[in-house]
Amino acid sequence: MEISTEQARNVMQSPRSPSSQPYLSASVTDPVKLGNGVQAYISYRVITKTNLPEYQGPEKIVIRRYSDFVWLRDRLFEKFKGVFVPPLPEKSAVEKFRFSAEFIEMRRAALDIFVNRIASHPELQHSEDLRTFLQADEETMERFRFQETGIFNKKPADFMQMFRDVQSKVSDAVLGKEKPVEETTPEYEKLKHYIFELENHLAEAQKHAYRLVKRHRELGQSLLDFGKAVKLLGACEGEPTGKLFSDLGTKSELVSIKLQKEAQQVLMNFEEPLKDYVRYVQSIKATITERATAFKQHCELAETTKLKEINLDKLMLTRSDKVGEAEIEYREIKAESEEATIRFERIVKRMNEEIVRFQEQRMEEMGVAFHQFAKGQARLANGIADAWRALLPKLEAASSA
Amino acid sequence: MMGSENNDDDEAHLHASKQDMDNLFSPPPIIVTPTDSDPLSSPRSKPNGNDNRSYLEPPSYADVIFSPFDDNSSEINGSDDTQSQDSFSRSLSTSSDYIKITVSSPQREQDSATTTSMLSGGSSYITYLITTRTNLPDYGGSEFSVRRRFRDVVTLADRLAESYRGFCIPPRPDKSIVESQVMQKQEFVEQRRVALEKYLRRLVAHPVIRSSEELKVFLQVEGKLPLLASVDVASRMLDGAVKLPRQLFGEGGGGGEVAQPARGGRDFLRLFKELRQSVSNEWGGGKPAVVEEDKEFLEKKEKMRDLEQQIINASQQAETVVKAQQDMGETMGELGLAFIKLTKFENEEAVFNSQRARANDMKNLATAAVKASRFYRELNSQTVKHLDTLHDYLGLMMAVQGAFADRSNALLTVQTLLSEISSLEGRVEKLEAASSKVFGGDKSRIKKIEEIKETIRSTENAKNVAIREYEQIKENNWSEVERLDRERRADFLSMMKGFVVNQVGYAEKIASVWTKAAEETSQYDRESS
Repeated sequence: MEISTEQARNVMQSPRSPSSQPYLSASVTDPVKLGNGVQAYISYRVITKTNLPEYQGPEKIVIRRYSDFVWLRDRLFEKFKGVFVPPLPEKSAVEKFRFSAEFIEMRRAALDIFVNRIASHPELQHSEDLRTFLQADEETMERFRFQETGIFNKKPADFMQMFRDVQSKVSDAVLGKEKPVEETTPEYEKLKHYIFELENHLAEAQKHAYRLVKRHRELGQSLLDFGKAVKLLGACEGEPTGKLFSDLGTKSELVSIKLQKEAQQVLMNFEEPLKDYVRYVQSIKATITERATAFKQHCELAETTKLKEINLDKLMLTRSDKVGEAEIEYREIKAESEEATIRFERIVKRMNEEIVRFQEQRMEEMGVAFHQFAKGQARLANGIADAWRALLPKLEAASSA
Repeated sequence: MMGSENNDDDEAHLHASKQDMDNLFSPPPIIVTPTDSDPLSSPRSKPNGNDNRSYLEPPSYADVIFSPFDDNSSEINGSDDTQSQDSFSRSLSTSSDYIKITVSSPQREQDSATTTSMLSGGSSYITYLITTRTNLPDYGGSEFSVRRRFRDVVTLADRLAESYRGFCIPPRPDKSIVESQVMQKQEFVEQRRVALEKYLRRLVAHPVIRSSEELKVFLQVEGKLPLLASVDVASRMLDGAVKLPRQLFGEGGGGGEVAQPARGGRDFLRLFKELRQSVSNEWGGGKPAVVEEDKEFLEKKEKMRDLEQQIINASQQAETVVKAQQDMGETMGELGLAFIKLTKFENEEAVFNSQRARANDMKNLATAAVKASRFYRELNSQTVKHLDTLHDYLGLMMAVQGAFADRSNALLTVQTLLSEISSLEGRVEKLEAASSKVFGGDKSRIKKIEEIKETIRSTENAKNVAIREYEQIKENNWSEVERLDRERRADFLSMMKGFVVNQVGYAEKIASVWTKAAEETSQYDRESS
C-alpha cells in the first residue's frame, strides 16, 4: 500500500522527541553466530521503538538474519519504484573473514544504517513490509521469506545477478545499444551521466581508502618487528646504548599499536562510508533501469492505444460488427496505458525528490566521514609524535655525555 | 564493480629528494626502491665467496717480512668527536684535518692489451675519476685526481689486507659476476660509483689506514696503478724481491726482516704444513705449544658474532619500515589525487548547492592528504639516511671478523713453526743417535745434522718474527675493537637521535595538516564531547 509523499507524515526518529510527535526508530544489535559448519549464519536483534498506532506497542524485539534484510529490500524495490532504496552490505565476504569479529561488526553497523534509513524515509517508513520486518515473529518471517523466494524466484545470489543484469542493461541503454525507446531530456541525460561517472570516481577513492587501511597495518607491523629487533640489538650492547635501544624498541611497539587502532578506525569510519556511497550509487543505477523500463512500457502502451484508437475509428466508419469488441479492447488498453503513464510519472516525481534528498544526505554523511578521518589522522600523528618525543631527553643526555 | 578485495600492485619507484652535501661524509643520494639497499651491504646475504681471509691462504714464513704498520699503531685517533651526524666522519676531530674524496665521471676506456682486444673484439672497461681534497701534510698536495678502474680498487683492498693485519679494514665493494653488457649499464655504473665513493671515504676515515702508503699511491699516482696485487707473489718470484715493496714505496732497502703479509701467498708447502697443523690442533693430536688461551678474546669474538646477527636482523627490519613508510606516503598521495578528481567532477557537474559544498569538503581533505603524503616521503628519505647506519655496520662487522681471522692465522703460523722446529729437532736427535754408533763419526750424517741445525736456526728466527707479529696483531685487534666499540656507540646514538627527531618532527607536521582539515570540516563534528 503506497502513500503519496504529500500524505506521508513526518515520522520522527528519536524516541526523545515530544511524545505527541510520531516517531519510529530501529536498531540492529547483538550479532550471534548460529548453526554449524556450512550452514552457520549470524542472527541479529532488531529493536523497534515507536509510538505509531500501526505498530504493536512502544517496543518490539525480533531476531533477523541477513536474508530477511534482503527480503525487505527486494520488496521495497518492487513496491516503491523510483525511490532510491538504501543499499545492503555485500552478501558474503571471503569465507575466511565471514565470521571475523571485525567483519561482523561492520556488517551489523551497515544493517543498522540500512534499517534506519528506511525508517526515516518519508515514503518507505509507511511500508507494510517494513512493519512485517520489524514485528513479525520469526516463523512468520521465515514463511514470508520462503514465499517470496517462490514468487519472485530470487535468492540473494540471484539478486546480485539481477543487479548485474541491471547494470549491463542500463549500460546498454545508456550506450544506445537498445532500440531508442528512452527519455532523452537533457536534464535526465545529465543525471544519468553524472551517476555513472560518480560511481567510477567513488570506486577509485574507495579503492585507495582501502589500501590506506592496509598501509596503516603494514607500517604498524613493520614498526613492531623493528622494535623487537632493536631491543635484541640493545641486549648485545653495553650502556648507555643498550638501554636506549631497549627504550626505542618499546616506543616502536607502542607506535605500532596506535597504527593498528587507527587502521580499524579508518576502515569503519572512512572506507566503509565510501563503500556505502558506492552501493547507493549502484542502487540509483538500478532505479534508473526501472525508470527506463517504465518509460518503455508507457511509450509502447501509448503507441498501442493510439493504434487501437485508429483501428476503432476505422471500424466505426465502416460500421463493422467488430466495433464492440474493438471498443472494449481500446478501453482496456487505454486504461493500462494510463496506469503505465501514472507509474512512470510517479517514478519521475519520486526520483526528482530522491535526488535532492540523496545529495543532502550524502553531503552530511560524507562530511562526517571526512571530518572523522581528519580527526583520526591528527590524533594518530599527535600520538606518534608524543611517543617518540618522550625519548628525546634521554637521547640528548647521552649525546652530550 | 567496486570490490572489497583489491589487487595491490606495486607502484612506481620513489626517488628520495636530493640532500645537500653539507656534511662532509653524508652518503650520496639514495634511490629508494622496494628491494634495493646499499650496494655495499650485500655481504649480509651471503658470505663473500671471494673472502681472501680464509685460513687456507696463510702467510709464507719462508722469508718473513716485517710490515711497516708498527709506527702507525700509536697513531690511533684517540680523540673522538662524536657529534657529527654521520658515521665515519668523526675521524676529522680537529677542524684542521680535512680530507674529502669524490668519485665521479665514469668513462669507458679501451683495453690496450692487444691479445685481449683481439680476442673479445676490443674489451673495454670503466674508469672513475677519483678526486681528493685534503690539507693533511702526508699528502703532497691539496687537490689531485687520478683515474682508476675497479680492478685497481681490488688491488688496493688486497694490499691493505696484507699490510694491516689485525685491523678492521672496511670491506671493499663486491666484484660482480655479470655480463659485460650489464657492466656498461648506466644504473650499474652509478651504483658502483656510489659504492666506490663510500668505500674510499671509509678508508680515509680510518685513523690508521688513512696514512697508508698503498692508499696514498692509489689516490695520487697518475697513470697505471703501481701497486702489485700481492707483495707475497712478487717476492717469491723475483730475486731480492724482499726489498721490492720498500723500493716501490720509495723507501730505501732496509735491514732487518719484514713480516710476510698474511694473505695472497701461494706457497703450497706452507699451506700444506699449516693445514696439517690446524688439523692436528682440531683433532687434538697434540696440544699446540701456543694456545689461544685468551678467554677474553674468545668471549669478545662470540659477542661480536651475536652483535653481527642482531645488526643483520635490525637492518632487515629497518628496510621493512622504510618500505612501509614509502607505501603509506604513496597511497596517501593517491587518495588525495582521487579526491581532487572527485572534487573537480562534482564542481563541473554540480546541479545542487550541496554538491558544491561537498566538493569543497573533499577538496580540504584532498589537499591535506597530498600534503601529508609529501611529508611521509620526506620523512622516509631522512629515515633511510639514519637507518643506513645499520647497513654500514654490517660491512664493519665483517671487517672485525677479518681482523679476528688475522689473529687466528697468525697464531696458526706460530704453531706451525713451533711444531716444525720440534720435528726438525726430532730428526737431529735421531741422526745424532745413529751417527754416534758409527765409529769416528758419520761424515754424511754429520753434514746432514749441520744442515738441519741451520734450518732450525732460521726457522727459529721465523718463529720469533711470527710471534712478534702475532703479538702485534693482538694489539691491533684490541685497539681496533675498542675504537670500533666507541665509534659504534656514538654512531648508533646519533642514528637513534636522528631517527627519533625526524619521526617527531614529521609527525608534528602531519598532525597540523590534519588538524587544519578537521577544523575546516568541524561543522560535521557529531561527537558529543
